[in-house]
Amino acid sequence: MSSEVARHLLFQSHMATKTAHMSPQVFDNEEKQKKENTRSLAMSGHVGFESLPDQLVNRSIQQGFCFNILCVGETGIGKSTLIDTLFNTNFEDHESSHFYPHVRLKAQTYELQESNVRLKLTIVNTVGFGDQINKEESYQPIVDYIDAQFEAYLQEELKIKRSLFNYHDSRIHVCLYFISPTGHSLKTLDLLTMKSLDSKVNIIPVIAKADAISKTELQKFKIKLMSELVSNGVQIYQFPTDDETIAKVNASMNGHLPFAVVGSMDEVKVGNKMVKARQYPWGIVQVENENHCDFVKLREMLICTNMEDLRDETHTRHYELYRRRKLEEMGLTDTGPENKPLSLQETYEAKRHEFYGERQRKEEEMKQLFVQRVKEKEAVLKEAERELQAKFEHLKRVHQEEKLRLEEKRRLLEEEIIAFSKKKATSEIYQSQPFMTPGGNVRKDKDRKNSSFM
Amino acid sequence: MKKRQKKNGGSPMDPLRQSPSRSSSRASSPRTLPCEMLGYVGIEAVLDQLKIKAMKMGFEFNIMVVGQSGLGKSTMVNTLFKSKMWKSTMPGLGVPTPQTLQLQSVTHVIEESGVKLKLTVTDTPGFGDQINNDKCWDPILGYINEQYEHYLQEEILITRQRHIPDTRVHCCVYFVPPTGHWLRPLDIEFLQRLCRTVNVVPVIARADSLTIEEREAFRHRIQENLKTHGIEVYPQKCFDEDINDKILNSKIRDFEYSSLCYTERIPFAVVGADREHIVNGRCVLGRKTKWGIIEVENMAHCEFPLLRDLLIRSHLQDLKDITHNVHYENYRIFRLNESHVLPRGPGWVNLAPAPASVPAPAGPQANPSPPKVGGWAKDNSDEEC
Repeated sequence: MSSEVARHLLFQSHMATKTAHMSPQVFDNEEKQKKENTRSLAMSGHVGFESLPDQLVNRSIQQGFCFNILCVGETGIGKSTLIDTLFNTNFEDHESSHFYPHVRLKAQTYELQESNVRLKLTIVNTVGFGDQINKEESYQPIVDYIDAQFEAYLQEELKIKRSLFNYHDSRIHVCLYFISPTGHSLKTLDLLTMKSLDSKVNIIPVIAKADAISKTELQKFKIKLMSELVSNGVQIYQFPTDDETIAKVNASMNGHLPFAVVGSMDEVKVGNKMVKARQYPWGIVQVENENHCDFVKLREMLICTNMEDLRDETHTRHYELYRRRKLEEMGLTDTGPENKPLSLQETYEAKRHEFYGERQRKEEEMKQLFVQRVKEKEAVLKEAERELQAKFEHLKRVHQEEKLRLEEKRRLLEEEIIAFSKKKATSEIYQSQPFMTPGGNVRKDKDRKNSSFM
Repeated sequence: MKKRQKKNGGSPMDPLRQSPSRSSSRASSPRTLPCEMLGYVGIEAVLDQLKIKAMKMGFEFNIMVVGQSGLGKSTMVNTLFKSKMWKSTMPGLGVPTPQTLQLQSVTHVIEESGVKLKLTVTDTPGFGDQINNDKCWDPILGYINEQYEHYLQEEILITRQRHIPDTRVHCCVYFVPPTGHWLRPLDIEFLQRLCRTVNVVPVIARADSLTIEEREAFRHRIQENLKTHGIEVYPQKCFDEDINDKILNSKIRDFEYSSLCYTERIPFAVVGADREHIVNGRCVLGRKTKWGIIEVENMAHCEFPLLRDLLIRSHLQDLKDITHNVHYENYRIFRLNESHVLPRGPGWVNLAPAPASVPAPAGPQANPSPPKVGGWAKDNSDEEC
């Protein structure tokens, strides 16, 4: 590929210029170095630490790289196709439906390898963006997702036992915002979404399905878009221009933003080659032809030239901003009440202290409550017991009385029985005596009878 | 078109080191699908981007040399970096030997082929020179921990700098005097303490007073000593387990192969020299004696090239990585746990008071009550004491 050759040449020329006007014998300006309290030294021979960048690269190769892209755009605008084209593969693709009630984000991670570079690529797609009738809540899930990734990283960083070096970095490094090719201006939804995302992620706006606009319209469209973005204060990602090797390329690319892209994985025969293109009755739109669309530029900028810078920006600017806000929210500051620098630790300790105090207090409260409840229950139970006891006593007494009465009755009955049996005995004796003195004993009998009844 | 072999996360940090275990990475190491690319995309250009970034930022390296005076530390540093880092000190009559161990640091920026290196060398004059050398390692440990502390403080600020200046000691070169016998008790004590905090590379100093056989014997004895006392010098032993497997699979990388070579030859027998002499028409660095010229860069004469290669040409980045990922993390864990000690009543866990080598932190610390529980991670044990 011509771009690849160009890139290699670029790098080599960079090395050449550096070596040309640097030799180990050259002194750097003493004054400049003295400001940093360091001295520059001339070496009298070859030491060998020029292999340092290689050591660094080797380590990075071993660890692998990680890159996360977020694609925001309406359904059917060509996000998946463009990603497929960018990375020259067929990721899993099925068309999403238009009828989702909410915007969801779907993340998928792929491992790509090219020569000895391993790339863990995560593509996050917004599903259902712009499909709802009421679009007020469309961009919130996206913002929440980005924040959640930052949060996860922050949590890992704040852990005591952490393992940052093999942490899978899921923070979004770049957001490709797909603008639909109306040719007029930005939609309100687009503006709102970009405004809410621009401080959290690097935004690269692209005009999707650029084969729907003619060249002249495209120019006007681009100018209109950029002026709208600028006037609304949306900060999109600017390619860095501080390193001389890539400054020129980046600067010119900055002028071509937003890129008008066409994506396609279908191959069409043009001339005697098979190229990726879209075939229409009136012609063939070649994806990798710079006259037809800006796809090549996008790929150059995104992958070949600035991937590292995108990751850097995410980590040193967006993530730091998030971290700062989050920590300030938690009430931690760098300077204490008397404006003395307060270490994070001290505030953290103070907070922790506070929380523990709270916890102690709550524990005490709960203990008290528990004890109280127990007491109450106890009282109730005691009451019941007492009642029961009283009833028992009462019953006992009643039984006693019954018993006494019955005893009484029994005694009376027994007396009666005895009396009766006596009477019976006497009457039997009388009957057994013969009738000898009927007259004289009658009176005695009568007397006796009378006396026995007394 | 490349078929991807799913490697098991090939980081050189083995979980056997005291590094946090690999399994504790984020719970959702996402389900990744290997994909084949149908053509060239340009992903490997990221390596060039890395290089450009690194060259712009420059590199930092901090090295500390420890050893008794007269062992040739300053000369060795000068030889390593081929420049006059400092004047080789020779004891003058009027200069008193320092009573206490004082560390001296000097920083230089050197450049080679466009690569800028900010080199800081810390010397330890007076180490082991006193009659009573008890606790002579304390100032050194204190210095090392101080650097970790600086870094930690910078790291936990709310508004952090874009690039935190790294003053942590990446490598400590320990000079063993060439007695030919064993490691002395002072050496053993020092190495035991230091190998847990910093990467230590022991070298046999002034090796020109030993013959080749004596050197080998000395080296073996030192290696035995190190093993017996459980001292792990750089390259740390955890490499070996990985490496032996890899040799069996013959998939070994240059880097790991050289580590293996180094492991067998540590401690290197080195000679330092900063004067040049003519030998066979060539101009070499060496020491001139009546019986010949000892060439410093000749592998047959001494092992200086090995030391130089280890420190500079192949393992510099690895030294920095291990310092950052292992030693610094250990220090951080220790510090963050220790800060849980607050002078409150029941319910608080008192860790063992910090060892003398750790400088007293700014927070509330000095609780003289006897330690109730010792140990590292005590996050959740704040139940009643």
